[in-house]
Amino acid sequence: MEKKLYTLIVHSENIAGLLNQITAVFTRRQLNIESLNASASSIKGIHRYTITTWSDEDTIIKVTKQIEKKIDVVQAHYFLDDEIFMQEVALFKISTPKLLENPLISKTIRRYGARIMEANAVYAVVEKSGVTDEIIALRTELDAFDCVLQYVSSGRIAVTRDTAEHVNEYLEKINKG
Amino acid sequence: MITGSEALMQALIHEGVDTVFGYPGGSIMPVFDAMYDHQNDFKQVLVRHEQGAAHAAQGYARASGKVGVCLVTSGPGATNTITGVADAMLDSTPIVVIAGQVAANFLGTDAFQEVDLVGITQPISKWSYQVRRPEDIAWAVARAFHIAGSGRPGPVVLDFAKNAQVGMVDFKPATIDVERGYIAIPETDPKSVEEAAALINAAERPLLLAGQGIELSNATEELRAFVEKADIPVGCTLLGLSTLPHGHRLRKGMLGMHGNLGPNVKTNECDLLIAVGMRFDDRVTGRLDAYAKQAKVIHLDIDPAEINKNVYADVAVLGDCKDTLARLTAAIDEAQHTEWIESFAPYEEKEWNEVIRHAIYPEEGPLRMGEVARAVSEASGNKAILVTDVGQNQMMSARYFQYTQKRSIITSGGLGTMGFGLPAAVGATFGAPDRTVCVFMGDGGIQMSIQEFGTIMETGAPVKMILLNNNYLGNVRQWQELFFGKRYSCTPMLNPDYMKIAEAYGIPSQLVVERDQLASAIDTMLATDGPFLLEVAIMENENVMPMTPPGGAVNVMMMNAMDC
Repeated sequence: MEKKLYTLIVHSENIAGLLNQITAVFTRRQLNIESLNASASSIKGIHRYTITTWSDEDTIIKVTKQIEKKIDVVQAHYFLDDEIFMQEVALFKISTPKLLENPLISKTIRRYGARIMEANAVYAVVEKSGVTDEIIALRTELDAFDCVLQYVSSGRIAVTRDTAEHVNEYLEKINKG
Repeated sequence: MITGSEALMQALIHEGVDTVFGYPGGSIMPVFDAMYDHQNDFKQVLVRHEQGAAHAAQGYARASGKVGVCLVTSGPGATNTITGVADAMLDSTPIVVIAGQVAANFLGTDAFQEVDLVGITQPISKWSYQVRRPEDIAWAVARAFHIAGSGRPGPVVLDFAKNAQVGMVDFKPATIDVERGYIAIPETDPKSVEEAAALINAAERPLLLAGQGIELSNATEELRAFVEKADIPVGCTLLGLSTLPHGHRLRKGMLGMHGNLGPNVKTNECDLLIAVGMRFDDRVTGRLDAYAKQAKVIHLDIDPAEINKNVYADVAVLGDCKDTLARLTAAIDEAQHTEWIESFAPYEEKEWNEVIRHAIYPEEGPLRMGEVARAVSEASGNKAILVTDVGQNQMMSARYFQYTQKRSIITSGGLGTMGFGLPAAVGATFGAPDRTVCVFMGDGGIQMSIQEFGTIMETGAPVKMILLNNNYLGNVRQWQELFFGKRYSCTPMLNPDYMKIAEAYGIPSQLVVERDQLASAIDTMLATDGPFLLEVAIMENENVMPMTPPGGAVNVMMMNAMDC
């Protein structure tokens, strides 16, 4: 089956050790996690994981069910890119002498809509938020200038395009008992 | 205020625990000390190895339907239970393992007998939790029993820090209400019941696969009502062998690698497969791309993650099968599938003539495994609980035992744990004290848990032990003969004198070598109060047949070694 990039959104109780259990499901199925983000959710006491992985649909369905089966996982859902709004952020630490030397560097930064957060005589820190492809493209161009001292990017974060809020509805139903 | 250890006692009593299998050690001593005052509240069984405690808890749970409890110390005590935890996970057995742990302020320091038990057991347990404060005991114990015993049962591990054992707490027993992170029983979609009923009504050649889920849901009556109304033949999984009694006209035997020819062949001829509380294990299906491709599939299960995991289901009916089977029975038409059911007969006859007859009624040569199993079963009035170890002894006793009551087979199906049988049988005698418990072991498996003779000696647990001794690790020997060019690497085994071992433990025993001694020896065993070891010297190179070779199609079975 064809492999696609899937985004899993998992809601769970905020309990130590749960992330371990979730990633173990990927390990057993030999799926690499491309990116992972953990944060609070809009619901009190509920944590939210956004995980991306390359997989075929058959496997991602099984993985999602096996994650949802874990005690204290509230719900898990998988999405393709056209079903979500998504964003990630990257930071580039760039050599200031090179930046001053080559005007193309700051031109490139502006062209990508990235911003310089801080600059001193030694380095400048550039922040770029966007989707993966944009960030990779910027990185490729900056790499060519041989100016990048450090690079880091966050995991993808995503919210669904769906107008229904399945987790909230489920929790409401549970609370009504 | 009471100590955390006493709070644990109160919590266990609140959960209705009547037996604890355990082994003390440094980090759990406060709990054992508290237990000293509760010797009249529940039975306290000292095993001889912590792995035995876990398997005994499993045997107790499988025989009784209640949650089995085992209590061990930290570090090696805890890691010794791991095999039992993994076994209980794969076979959906409700047990709670309570292990000591170093005090919370020592956690992460590589303290004496510290091990990251939660980290180790998370992937192989239903729930694993570290109790660090005495205040958490009431909730953690209530939740442990709730999770272990509800929904699809499984093992729960409580890692009990020493400071929580000795700290003081104002204890009130807790009960677990609705939880947002755990749905024990998924909702049944009424539409799925209708769709399933429509498929069943339209089917001409339906076959039902009965799994352990039926026992776990206490749904044997519902199964019977359903298959009788719809007139559907039944194949049982290894763990589901006692879901429909022997002699029932719709019971067509065991599924899988060493199952019966009829249900395996018919799996690839039926037009509808109804799987109930079973998970399409590879030992049942053989090669998946040659498995029941012609059939529609209905899958009844309590665990949504089992649906479409191995075999695609045209209709999935989620829920507790005690309920869903009853709803299906109400929704279907009465039917008759006489011709289809009769079409099993030639396969039963073929298997009888080529395999079974020789296995259970041999006229000459050394004693055989099957004849011992059938003779023990019949001598018990076919009412005993069969516990098995793993290997040929397991397959042969499972095949030739006859089951007339529910919860009559306790065996390590998923994990295939050698050494499981003896301690599980000890546990079963506590879980079902009114029933006869017979455990079949090989000379390999018995030695993996032989120290539990000590537990049997001390408790007098009335375990009827049948040792099928062929001086080989027989199942591996069989594979070596069939698939590894008869290169018997590390399978012949020099055995000790088991009569002397039994004698040392004060366990009555008898060795049978000749066929004409067998019946009377079995009678002696069953008539003896308390434990008994019956060793039978059996044929060295018998093979379990028929057999679906590993990776083969379910309907193509070898009837003897020549078919290889």
